[in-house]
Amino acid sequence: MASLQSLMMRILYAAILLIAVLVLNFSMMHMAPGDVADTISQSMGGADQELLDQIRADYGLDQPFLVQMGRYIGNVLQFDLGYSFFYNKPVTELILQRLPATLLLVFVAQILALFIGVILGVISARKPNGIASHFVTILALFGYSAPVFWTGILLLIGFSLKIQLFPVAGMRDVTIEGGFWVHFIDVARHMVLPVITLGSIFLALYSRLSRATMMEVLGSDYVRTAKAKGLTERQVVYKHALKNSLSPVITLAGLQFSAVISGAVLVEAVFSWPGLGTLAFQSIIARDTPTILGILFFSALVVIVGNLLTDLALRLVDPRVRSKG
Amino acid sequence: MNKIVKNLAAATALAALLAPFAQADEPVRGGTLVTVLGSNVRNLNSAVQSGIVTGFPGAQLFASPLRYDENWEPQPYLAESWTTSEDGLTVTLNLVKNAQFHDGTPLTSEDVAFSVDVIKANHPFKSMFAPVESVDTPDAHTAVLNLSKPHPALMLAMSGQLMSIIPKHIYGDGEITDVKTHVRNNENVVGSGPFKLTEFKNGEHVILERFDDFFIEGRPYLDKIVMRIITDPAARAIAYENGELHMGAFESLPRIINRLKKVDGLTVTPDGYGAIGPIDWLAMNTAKGPLSDVRVRKAIAYAVDKNFIHKALMQGTAVDSTSGIHPDSPFYAAQEGYDVDLEKSAALLDEAGFPVKDGSRMSLTIDFGWPGVKPQVEYVKAALKKVNIDVEVRASADFPTWAKKMGTGDFDMSWDTVFNWGDPVIGVHRTYDSSNILKGVWSNTQSYSNARVDELMAMAAVETDDAKRKALYAEFQQIVADELPVYHTNTLPYHTVYNDKVGNPPLGIWGTSTPIDMTYLKE
Repeated sequence: MASLQSLMMRILYAAILLIAVLVLNFSMMHMAPGDVADTISQSMGGADQELLDQIRADYGLDQPFLVQMGRYIGNVLQFDLGYSFFYNKPVTELILQRLPATLLLVFVAQILALFIGVILGVISARKPNGIASHFVTILALFGYSAPVFWTGILLLIGFSLKIQLFPVAGMRDVTIEGGFWVHFIDVARHMVLPVITLGSIFLALYSRLSRATMMEVLGSDYVRTAKAKGLTERQVVYKHALKNSLSPVITLAGLQFSAVISGAVLVEAVFSWPGLGTLAFQSIIARDTPTILGILFFSALVVIVGNLLTDLALRLVDPRVRSKG
Repeated sequence: MNKIVKNLAAATALAALLAPFAQADEPVRGGTLVTVLGSNVRNLNSAVQSGIVTGFPGAQLFASPLRYDENWEPQPYLAESWTTSEDGLTVTLNLVKNAQFHDGTPLTSEDVAFSVDVIKANHPFKSMFAPVESVDTPDAHTAVLNLSKPHPALMLAMSGQLMSIIPKHIYGDGEITDVKTHVRNNENVVGSGPFKLTEFKNGEHVILERFDDFFIEGRPYLDKIVMRIITDPAARAIAYENGELHMGAFESLPRIINRLKKVDGLTVTPDGYGAIGPIDWLAMNTAKGPLSDVRVRKAIAYAVDKNFIHKALMQGTAVDSTSGIHPDSPFYAAQEGYDVDLEKSAALLDEAGFPVKDGSRMSLTIDFGWPGVKPQVEYVKAALKKVNIDVEVRASADFPTWAKKMGTGDFDMSWDTVFNWGDPVIGVHRTYDSSNILKGVWSNTQSYSNARVDELMAMAAVETDDAKRKALYAEFQQIVADELPVYHTNTLPYHTVYNDKVGNPPLGIWGTSTPIDMTYLKE
């Protein structure tokens, strides 16, 4: 009962948050100098005042600010995200076209980073001064400090040019033909480098954190008790210690979810990945307000769902959270 | 089937043996050309959308009345012949009889008349067809353009991507100004060009396939064109190198151009951009502060070393440009220019009433429209320091931010790149015409005004004699280079990159904004 109530509260907060996101972003977009008429004229190589006025009138940009915002939010409340100024297409259609590519990239990178990060963390926690531990430290330092686009370009030069293993850009090769598995392998090949690039930052984060919590847990009383009971090292580490050290990592992973989406913008730009990040970036430059707001709306939704999933995952690994409701 | 292929291969091999030089010129049918677009396409309908990204797919989907060869000579395309009346007031196009749209509907003079209306109502380059008052259609294959005054610029405006003939039976279903946002601009696009649309995926690719009923017998040679959208120049460079891309155009970063030149199997050439005509310049706001004095503008030109820009910043990839017209244009008249001379510069500044006070003569700002020209801007700051002018570099977050400053005259100097777009009337006049001082980027944002320049441009616009027209533009270029509303420094070094498999890449005057029905893949 209590948990249902807390769920309802969460949904209410989420709705308020979404409206706040819309109002804030609409205002910020409005404050930025220039509008979509300018960028349309740029893509056309210049336009005269008459044409600019015509474009502004077409998109209702000549109306007062509050009227524009009122109209927009009114439409969103009726689940209508509007029409993209720049692409002349419904925003929902544009986003749904791009969303799967981003989710695929983000989920795979996130899950791999989490999985490998935890394993590396555990290994190095068991022997804090071993070679493996130093390796993890260096990897973490490198992964966290190297700029995404630099890692990306470096990987491209290494594995697309010098050793021609992976394709340079895009998500699939449109010239190949074949059944499902041919395309599956094709997409997988295209994904390798972007996933490594995006995953490297988070891998660093997770391996550091799980190393630290694991070391803390390994030094705690109940681990000593477990060892005293005569359990093997393996049982102690993987059955008792690991479960307890996971909850901070999962919390962090949930919090990082939004960061993964923003990190995807850069990765998508380097690898021409046809996802939401590229669309967001282009729409901001194009002052395509409906598209940007639509993307932010969807991202907020994704983050909220991500946080809910984190919550559920925490309940699974940590009974203390479960009992608290 | 296999046997035929083998025989063919043997025959080709034999032919190659016998005539090693002729072999390269023999086009082959078939194959998929993989090429690239450097930014996202908004719209595939080149009748309502200008710009080089739309131009490439646009010129494959839609045909225009004329096309140009690499010597700036008009060639028949949709118009098999054309005549201009003695007084220059009527231009008659005789259309080919067998042209049809991708949906099988024959192309007629009605479509030509309709397209002119649509372009006049929606295209940003108003000067292209402004003098065209009406289009008569005496029969299905004759279109007569009635002009209010002679308009020699019309010839170039009827080629490349500038006059795409679009089908009336598809785009004529609403108001003429609604064609801008017509749903068929992006999907199910129907033209009469050599290729038809297979798939357009925003942010991913444009895929075109051969139109088998194209009006030129035996063409195009390619079966399919895949235009991938790759916005990162470094990623594009790697894709050329590892062979993922056969060809690409409009590469402009000197470092990448020079790197690709060293790659075996790749050809990197600046040929083929004369009519696109991109030139870089230092714009100076003649309506504001010290820069309203021509002596100050000259002093700046004398302090900025073009040699440094050419050698160090452009790394030898760009060409000197000394007037508002692109050096490849037949109307270009090279001007003497301003060799760096700091003493002369200082003297001019003294004369203009800006002596050195506390180590500084004046403070100016400089803007730039895109990150690629930031080095130029930083260099100008350093160069002007030598003549005691303090320069503040103002970065703009993105294009619209910069465009706003330019459009509202809120700038002293700015680095800019502007395109000629064929005839000077279309892309050159707009920068110097005093009646074009408007709010909005790429108009006469420098607020330059000179009665003689206005007069010269007005005369050149209606002059039908080529030699006289060239003389008018020569005088125009001389005045503009002398009065410096903008200081012309270099061409934007657009380059086309293609590998050994590509035969007959588009190296005319329109870059890739031209039908590539003659391009083929070897083997």
